[in-house]
This record gives sequence, structure tokens and C-alpha cells, in this order.
Amino acid sequence: MSGLVIDNQDKTQQFNDLRFDQVDVGQKLPVQEIDVTTRLIVSTAMASRDYQNVHHDRDQAQALGSQDIFMNILTTNGLVGRFITDWTGPKGRLKSVKIKLGVPNYAGDVMKLVGKVQDKWEVSGENLVEVAVTGKNSMGNHVTGTVVVALPAVDQGE
Amino acid sequence: MENNNKELEARMAATIGVEVGPQRSWDPVNLPMICHWCQAMGDDNPMYTNLEYAEQSDQGSIIAPPTMIQALTMKGVTETPAPGSVSRTEEQPYVLDMLDEAGYVSVVAVNCDQEYFSHVKPGDDISHIMTIESISELKHTALGEGYFVTELWTFINQDNEKVAEMRFRLLKFKTPQQAQRPGSAGSQSNKPKAPQRPRPGLNRDNAFFWKGLKQGKLLIQRCTSCQTLRHPPSPMCPSCQSLDKDVVEASGKGVVHSFVNLHHPALPAFDDPNPIALVELEEGTRLVAGLINIEPEDVRIGMPVKAEITQCDDELTLALFSPVTE
Repeated sequence: MSGLVIDNQDKTQQFNDLRFDQVDVGQKLPVQEIDVTTRLIVSTAMASRDYQNVHHDRDQAQALGSQDIFMNILTTNGLVGRFITDWTGPKGRLKSVKIKLGVPNYAGDVMKLVGKVQDKWEVSGENLVEVAVTGKNSMGNHVTGTVVVALPAVDQGE
Repeated sequence: MENNNKELEARMAATIGVEVGPQRSWDPVNLPMICHWCQAMGDDNPMYTNLEYAEQSDQGSIIAPPTMIQALTMKGVTETPAPGSVSRTEEQPYVLDMLDEAGYVSVVAVNCDQEYFSHVKPGDDISHIMTIESISELKHTALGEGYFVTELWTFINQDNEKVAEMRFRLLKFKTPQQAQRPGSAGSQSNKPKAPQRPRPGLNRDNAFFWKGLKQGKLLIQRCTSCQTLRHPPSPMCPSCQSLDKDVVEASGKGVVHSFVNLHHPALPAFDDPNPIALVELEEGTRLVAGLINIEPEDVRIGMPVKAEITQCDDELTLALFSPVTE
């Protein structure tokens, strides 16, 4: 690899830089509202190499008994992961994403992601934080689960 | 209930722990695939796409988004396994196929648990091996009867190191329609309705209250003999035992007399947790109502609230209470 292969970043962009000592149990994460558009469902299905017709073909999805095309599970994982690292910033390292799946994310809906820190601990030199996550749409919970993320103990950039 | 699936269950049990694969990736982990993922997900984490930033990080390189692990070994649009993959043989029957044949044709994913052991970087060559970790006994669920199957996917790199693990749990089931009347499913509308709040129990005593809400009014019953207000509605005045009554319109202003934040059960039509107050109206009567526009942990006894007459769905109008901010 040479040079800046992907040059789509704003060089002046500031990222969060969350440290372990700045996290309290009970703390809430900034809420994210995801517009579940057809474009999002299809583009994320393709990006995750998932070509099941229920994720891109409305007629087929409806013939199979669904209201519309719906988000695939790999995307739910991706959005939950992004929800966490948007909060921690790029020094947060995902250790696990464990989700329970509920109602589908149909095209046209909005999913609201909320999260709350429910534990923090140190093990084998790692500073771990566990966040409980819920993603709810107009029909109920699309996803509930927990994510463990490792954080730096001190500001590594200083 | 008698279990007629003994033979099926024995065949399914024999598949537990049998390793199938590896299923390989079409391409080594690469930046265009990562970039496509990040753009689709709206993820601007510079560890994934900003070479300059990532090289200066503790990882010294771009990493693939950990949640992308399953995408790496997907077969893709042709549905054919990547070269070098070892496919399932006849000696490795798939439990989901067995369940299909036994009539458990519907499937719903229940859990997806991923654990990441090391970061996957451009150039890594990822494969996965799949085993059936467990199969439940026959379960009777809200969807129908069926079996919970847990698949364990182990992701390894070119050095045979385990980089991630995924437990994928699904329910393979038959709906009551499929069990009794095959072919009848699908005749009804496909549109699932948004979850609705429970309906009130209407009777001649309380009908005025619900009708009032539909007209945008919060009404209180009044004894016309002694002028005492009362709620909930009842046929007789508790103060003077008169049966004569009319109604007055409440201002909608009140205070939280008591409250509870309901955590369990979480119901889809309600917020979770669900703040519920006993509101004392300025007229003196109290009523139970949901609170809105407030975080559950911010509710306090004595806080001023006001009624927001809210049309919850086509049939139901409720007085919900919102904090008064002054």
C-alpha cells in the first residue's frame, strides 16, 4: 500500500477521543436516528455481499409475506458497531457485539439507537466497557444487545 | 404433549459438532471492500479508511470494521463458494435441511453474537468453519412450534489463527397455519400493524370521559348535589351518595403525585422504561396517565405537568402528561 488510498476524509475532522476514566456506569450514549431508506438497505446489503432478494427486491419480499424489503443482519451489526465507535472515537476497539433480533427494519422506517454503559472493568491490561444497546423502530425493538469495547486508559496522543 | 420427532431429533443430534468448511473468501481483505462498507454504513472511523491516521495508530495499519467479519466470507452474487472452499458433503447433512423436510419450513434469526480476538487487516485471507453447537428440544413459541439451532462460525486467517467467532441462533419453526392448514397462509394482508396501546374498557359510567378526550377535552365527573368532583367515574357520589351528576372540563394542569418507571415487561407501543404517573389535577382529582417529553430518571414527585390530549391511533385518544418547563 502506498499513498492515501482512500481520500474521502476531511483532514480537519475531529474525532471523539474517549478515555476509560471518562466513562461512568449509567452514562448514556448520544442517540442516533437512522433513516431506514431503500437506498440504505440495498447499499448495505451489497456492501456486506448479501444478495438475498428480501434485501433488494420489493416484489419478491412482498410475495414472501413481508411488508417491504428489510435490513439484513450484517448491517444491523455494522450500525451497532458504528454507534459505539462514533461515541468512543477511533481509539475504541470493538471486542464483541452480541445482539438479539426483533422486528424487521422495513424501508421507510426510522430506527432510534440508544445506549447506556452498564459495566466497566480492567482485565489483562485492557480497559473494557460494556454498553447495553437498543434499536427501536415504529413497530418495536429491532435490536437489543450488548457491546464490549476497549478504551485507552490515558490520552495516547499526548 | 407426545413427541413424534424422536427419529428426527436423533438425526439432528448427530450433526452437532461436525465441522463443515472451510469456506474461503473470494478476495483477501482489501480497502475497496472496506471503503464500500463504510460508505454504505455511514461510518467515518478513520481506522477503517484513513491510511495516514491508521498508520500512526497502535495498530499501525488500516483495520477492517470488526462487524464486517461475516461479510468477508460471503459467497456473493453468484452464490458459489470461493475457490479453495470445502463444501458440505452428503455425510454432513445440514440440520436446517432436515427441519425443512420435516415441515419446519419457516425460519427467523434470533441472536447474533460476535467476538473479535484480533484485528483483521488488508491482505489477510479469512475463512470460516461452521459447526452446529446446539439444538434445543421442541419448543412452543408465539410463532409456532420448532427448534432453536445455534451455529458456531469460527473465522481464521491465513496463519490459521482464530480472529473471530460468531454464534448465530435461529428458530426453525412451522406456523399454526402450516401445521394445520397448509396453503392457507398468505391470504391475509401482509401489512403488519404498528403496535397499539391497549383499549380502555368502555361502559356507560366512563363513556363520557373517553368521548371527551376525542373532542380534545379532559373531563371530570361532578356530583350535582354536593358539587364534589370524582375520578375515576362511578355511578354514585362517594360523599353524599347522590346519583345525580354532570361533568366539568379540567384545565389539564396538575402535579405528579406519585410515579413508577415500568421496566418489565417492555411493550412495543410504549417507551422502555415507561414512565407512568398518578397526576393530581389542580381541580383536586387524580388520574393515572403516561408521561411524555421527559427522561424517566428526571421524573420527580411534585413536578408540574400539563395534559397533552394525544391521538395514539385511529381509535384511541389519551391524556398524556408533559412536564411544564418554566
